[in-house]
Amino acid sequence: MTTPVVQARGIVKRYGHVTAIDHSDFELRAGEVLAVIGDNGAGKSSIVKAICGATIPDEGEILIEGKPVKFSSPIEARDMGIEIVYQNLALSPALSIADNMFTGREIRKKGWMGKILRMLDKPAMEKFARDKLTELGLMTVQSIKQPVETLSGGQRQGVAVARAAAFASKFIIMDEPTAALGVKESRKVLELIQDVRARGIPIILISHNMPHVFEVADRIHIHRLGKRLCTIDPKDYTMSDAVAFMTGAKEPPAQDAA
Amino acid sequence: MSDTTTPASKGQDFEQTLDQSDTQVASFETDQHTVLERIQHLLHNNPTLVPVIVLVISLIAFGLIAGGKFFSAFNLSLILQQVSIIGILAAAQSLIIITAGIDLSVAAIMVLMSVVMGNLAVFAGVPSGLAILVGLAGGVGAGVMNGWFITRIKLPPFITTLGTWSIFYALLLWLSGAQSIRGQDIDTNAPFLKFFGAAFNIGGARITLSALLMIVVFIVLWFMLNKTAWGRHVYAIGDDKEAADLSGIRTDRTLLSVYGLAGFVCALGGWASIGRVGSISPQSFYEGNLDSITAVVIGGISLFGGRGSIMGALFGALIVGVFRSGLRLSGVDVLWQVFAIGWLIIIAVAIDQWIRRVSA
Repeated sequence: MTTPVVQARGIVKRYGHVTAIDHSDFELRAGEVLAVIGDNGAGKSSIVKAICGATIPDEGEILIEGKPVKFSSPIEARDMGIEIVYQNLALSPALSIADNMFTGREIRKKGWMGKILRMLDKPAMEKFARDKLTELGLMTVQSIKQPVETLSGGQRQGVAVARAAAFASKFIIMDEPTAALGVKESRKVLELIQDVRARGIPIILISHNMPHVFEVADRIHIHRLGKRLCTIDPKDYTMSDAVAFMTGAKEPPAQDAA
Repeated sequence: MSDTTTPASKGQDFEQTLDQSDTQVASFETDQHTVLERIQHLLHNNPTLVPVIVLVISLIAFGLIAGGKFFSAFNLSLILQQVSIIGILAAAQSLIIITAGIDLSVAAIMVLMSVVMGNLAVFAGVPSGLAILVGLAGGVGAGVMNGWFITRIKLPPFITTLGTWSIFYALLLWLSGAQSIRGQDIDTNAPFLKFFGAAFNIGGARITLSALLMIVVFIVLWFMLNKTAWGRHVYAIGDDKEAADLSGIRTDRTLLSVYGLAGFVCALGGWASIGRVGSISPQSFYEGNLDSITAVVIGGISLFGGRGSIMGALFGALIVGVFRSGLRLSGVDVLWQVFAIGWLIIIAVAIDQWIRRVSA
């Protein structure tokens, strides 16, 4: 078996008397969609935040492609090719689609205009943004220069996913990507997830929506009481099994179920 | 992974009918745009259009009311001259307001630094060039101080600059001994301080260097805000600071640079004000803080941050100048000038709110 993309062992995070992560393990394999599910307060976002550097764990080790890492911020993780699609999308509504795709990693013009005047190469950025959106079948917007606030919820999600897909070389974390969307728009995002996976980029999908999880996930990481309860293959279990495991209504299978 | 070669899956049972669903996107009678809606859209895409239109209309209106003396090259260049210092302050203020902040200390920084320059060059015998450099550096320092309180101590910009306004004002009274530095003393000891007071004539128009400086400041800042990554970050921070943070912008560092740059522009305004006024008075420009905010707001820059072009503030400053000059030449009492500008502010903010309500 190839080295997992992410391997975390014995992660602990305490906030005062509260233990958010309690000696939890985590594993993301190459090319897969791994769904992370769990009840509210189970700590599923905490464990994912620990992996991308948004919180710094007190104990435990994280290996990315076999190499131990210690991120102190999501920006460091991003520099390594780890992209996050936040639930609130982290887009600037008044800026254009192209500007938003390049926030924090703009392309400068070549020559003295870029070096001395630090001038942006807007045509190059717009072309790149248009290409990426077309690749993902999202070029339904009229203009790449239009502000993000004029887009629908699904289109905005599309821009955020396209941004992640364009720059991710290791993996993408998506936090509740369908939570705020309608049926049609959710479908589009699920197709996007499958598209991105087809390019070989693994995805960590945090979601409450069982039908969506069971549809796109290759494996499901069930989080309960601050640690990984088990990992299951969605083909072997039903949605009610998964819900039973995560709420503690049913004993989980052995750790290596999937 | 095998399903990646087949077309995307059909999804859940309840979604099977999606294929037959209406392919039209919810349109809400889009082709029934009223004229008002079209205007709203146009303004939303070009926020500087409002002040431009207002400027043109007020020029025409005052030209009709006050006649030829208003439209003379001399009077128009006089307006430019009169707004130059407030215009430079408004440029600094725009930077701050675009980040969703506000700076009540801009005029205090400006006057303080002009006093620093004057004291050094006129009384301490420091070469003028060096005195000016110290003043400009002091402006950066004062701005960074504001920025430090705002980014490190996490104080709201309003409170921070309300405090530093008093602090800088007290300092400038102390440094100047509440005394003006007379024009003759500047002329004999440090004429270079009055550099921006120099003027040249083109066909009846009298253009001062301070007016040119104002225009250059606006062009440089416009370039920085619109053509560099730094500028995009400034807008992103004003738009949604949290989102800017998450998308990898070092927001605190950027904010600090914005306040430092604003301080520098204020100090530059301080140098220009010596030439414009002819002397250095600690009492001058006491209302400059509010006048700069007035120009920014009339210029269509949103007080909520992230929206508007810095060029709007230039037009805003010009509109105020045109109103003042036009009403004066029409023989209207000064109090009605103040009255009119009050209404301009309220109308400008109302239009901003109306434009922001635009949807898709």
